[in-house]
Amino acid sequence: MEPIERHTIAVLVDNEAGVLARVIGLFSGRGYNIESLTVAEVDPESAVSRITVVTSGTPMIIAQIKAQLDRLVPVHRICDLTDGGASVERELALVKVRGTGNKRVEALRIADIFRARAIDSTNNSFVFEISGSPEKIDAFINLMRTLGLVEISRTGAVAIARGAKGI
Amino acid sequence: MAKRKLSGSDIVIQSLVDAGVDTIFGYPGGAVLPIYDALFKQNRLKHVLVRQEGGAVHMAEGYARSTGKLGVVLVTSGPGATNAVTGLTDALMDSIPVLCLTGQVPTHLIGNDAFQEADTTGITRPCTKHNYLVRDVKDLGRVMQEAVYVARSGRPGPVVIDLPKDVLINETTFEIGKKPPVKHKTYRPQIKGDSSKIREAVELIAKAKRPLFYCGGGVVNSGPRGSKLLTEFVRMTGYPITLTLMGLGAFPATDKKFLGMVGMHGTYESNLAMHDCDLMINIGARFDDRVTGLISKFSPGSKKIHVDIDPSSINKNVAVDVPIIGDCASVLAEMIKVWKEIKPSKNTKAINSWWDQIEKWRKRDCLGYTQSKDIIKPQYALERLQALTKDRDTYITTEVGQHQMWAAQYLKFNEPNRWMTSGGLGTMGYGFPAAIGVQMAHPKATVIDISGEASFQMNIQEMSTAMQYRLPVKVFILNNEYMGMVRQWQELLYGSRYSESYTASLPDFVKLAESYGAVGLRATKPSEVDDVIKEMLDNDQFTIADIAIDKGENCFPMIPSGAPHNEMLLGPEDEAAKPTSEEGMVLV
Repeated sequence: MEPIERHTIAVLVDNEAGVLARVIGLFSGRGYNIESLTVAEVDPESAVSRITVVTSGTPMIIAQIKAQLDRLVPVHRICDLTDGGASVERELALVKVRGTGNKRVEALRIADIFRARAIDSTNNSFVFEISGSPEKIDAFINLMRTLGLVEISRTGAVAIARGAKGI
Repeated sequence: MAKRKLSGSDIVIQSLVDAGVDTIFGYPGGAVLPIYDALFKQNRLKHVLVRQEGGAVHMAEGYARSTGKLGVVLVTSGPGATNAVTGLTDALMDSIPVLCLTGQVPTHLIGNDAFQEADTTGITRPCTKHNYLVRDVKDLGRVMQEAVYVARSGRPGPVVIDLPKDVLINETTFEIGKKPPVKHKTYRPQIKGDSSKIREAVELIAKAKRPLFYCGGGVVNSGPRGSKLLTEFVRMTGYPITLTLMGLGAFPATDKKFLGMVGMHGTYESNLAMHDCDLMINIGARFDDRVTGLISKFSPGSKKIHVDIDPSSINKNVAVDVPIIGDCASVLAEMIKVWKEIKPSKNTKAINSWWDQIEKWRKRDCLGYTQSKDIIKPQYALERLQALTKDRDTYITTEVGQHQMWAAQYLKFNEPNRWMTSGGLGTMGYGFPAAIGVQMAHPKATVIDISGEASFQMNIQEMSTAMQYRLPVKVFILNNEYMGMVRQWQELLYGSRYSESYTASLPDFVKLAESYGAVGLRATKPSEVDDVIKEMLDNDQFTIADIAIDKGENCFPMIPSGAPHNEMLLGPEDEAAKPTSEEGMVLV
C-alpha cells in the first residue's frame, strides 16, 4: 500500500453560484477526504475566490483529486502547496473557556505562552483568539481541555507559498 | 450582425439555430410554455415530441453519437428535469455532447417549494459536465453559447441550462447570427499533445516486441478523422488492435489486425493479448473496470502509453508510463508524422512470433457456438442479422444486458458512429429511444435497436413517438423471457437461485406493435429467422421483430469479476471448474 499523505491545495475559482457545492460534491461523490476547507473571494474585480482545502490520500489519489478539481469548468487554477516547495499555513480559532480561581489564572498564562488574545471576558469565562499552524491550535486546545474548555470555532487552514512568486 | 430585442424564449431558439442545431427532443410543461409558444411560431427547429423525458435524452444521445453533432433536449421543471437525470448521467459516463434545457419556476418563487419546482442545478451537478441557472435574461445569450461550447469541446458531455419562466418571458437586445468562437475564461481543454511525449511513445512503439493497440470511444469522439488516422497508423505498424465497447467501429472490424472487443465479454485473443503484451498503446480508452478485470493482475508485463483528452483519466485506475494529454486525432496525426520521420526498423522477428501466438489464441474460436435445429441461438440470430444487413446503410443501437454483449461480439462495425450503446452507465431502456434519435438524423438509413424483452419495456412508451414521426425504426428483440444477464450471474454466482429475474406477463409483442399501427413479426424456429429479418428490413415502417431465443443461453467468453484476463471462462464447460473469489463476489 502506498503511504497516505496530507496535502494542502489552493483552488482559484470563479465566484459564481454553486461553485463551492461543485467542489464539495466532487470530494463526497468520489470518496475523497476533506480535513478542512476555507473559501473567500480574493479578487472582487474579477470575482475570483480562493478555496484552500486540506485533504489526505495516497499519491495516486492526490493526483486524481487535483485532476478532477482542474476539470471543473469554473476552476481557474490548482496549486498543490505541499508539493510546490515551501509554504506557510495558518488557521484562526476562537476558544471559549469557563473557570474560576487557579484554573482561570492558568488558562490566561497558557494563552500568553501561545500568544492567544482574550477578546471577551466575564467573571468566569474567556474567549481566546489564537492563530497559527493547525498543530499549534490543536496543542492549545488540548491544554485548555482540563481548564474548562466550553466551545471551539476554527476557520480551517489557509496557506500560501513562500517567496516572491504568486500562483 | 443584427441586434434585436428578443424575449428569453426567442433567444433560446435563435441561439440554437445560430449554433447549427436543427432538431430538438422534448416534452412541454408549465414552466417551458413560453419556449413552446416560440417554437410554434417558427420553422427552423424541428421538435420531436417524446412520451417521457427520459426518452428525450437518449434520443438526443443517439442523434449526437451517430452524427458527431450536439443533441438537444427541452423539458419542463420539476418532474421533467428529474426524469432527464438518467439520460444525463448516461451521457456523462459515455462522453456524449448533450444540451438539456430545463424549465424552472419564476426566479421569485425559487426556493419556495413552488408547484413543479426542483433544485435542478443541485440535482444535476454531479451528473453533468457543467450546469447553469440563468437568473437574468441579459446573461442568457452568453450562457447558451458557452454551454454549447462546453458540451462539445474537450471530453464532450451533458450540460444543463435551467431557465426560470420569467427569464423566458423578459426581453433584452440580442445579436443574431453566427458568433465568434467562445473564449472561455477558465475552460480550455488541451487538444495538442506534448511533442516530446509523443516522440517517446513512438520510439517505444517502434521497439516493441509484443505490442497491442487498445482503443476506445475517445477515438470516435475525435471525429471520423480520428478513426481514419488510427486505421492508418495501425496498418502502418502492422500491430494488432483491440477495441472497447465504446470504441467499436473506430477500426474496421473486418480487418485481420482487429482481435475483437476487449474486456469482460471480449474475445479470448484480445484479452490474452492484453495480458501478455509488452507495450499497450491506449488511445482514447479509460481502463474501465469492465476492461481491466482484476486490477492487480492487469497486464503485468507491459509498458503503457495512454492518450486521453481528459487529464483525470490518466493514472486513475492504472498507472501508465507515457501519458499524453490531447485529442486522439491530433495526437495520432503527430504520431504518424514522427513514425514516418524516424522510419523505424521494427523488431520483425519478435512481431511475427507475437502474431503466431495471437493466431493460436484465435484458433480457439471463442465465439463459436452450436446452433440447434429447434431452438434459436441468439448468436445465430445476430449472425444472420449481420449477414443480411452488411450491404445496407445500417446503424445499430442496443439496450443493456446479454443481447448487448452478443451484439458487440457478433456484429461487425467498419466505421465509427454506427454503434450506439450505453457503456458506462449501462442503462436499460437506452437503445430504443436512441434508435429514434439516430433515425431522425438519418431518415433513409436502416436503424436497428438490438433489444431484450426486459430492456425494451423500460422505454416502451416511445413506440408512440416512432409512429408519430413515421420512423422506420426496427426493434430486434432477443426474447428469452429473462433479464438474461441477471439470470446468467445468478446461475454462475448465486447457485441458480433465479430471484426475480423471470418476467411473467410479457405482452404479445406482435399484437403490441399492431395496436400502434406498426409491424410485428415473430420467429420461434431457426428456419424462420431469415424470413423475419428480411421482412423487417424490407418494410419501411416501424417494426418489432420478436425472436424467441434459447432461454438458458449464457454470454461467453466471460472474465468473472475479480479475475484477471488470463482466467477467462470460454463456455459452459469452464463454469464449474473455477469458483469466483470472494473479492470477485463483491464487485459489480
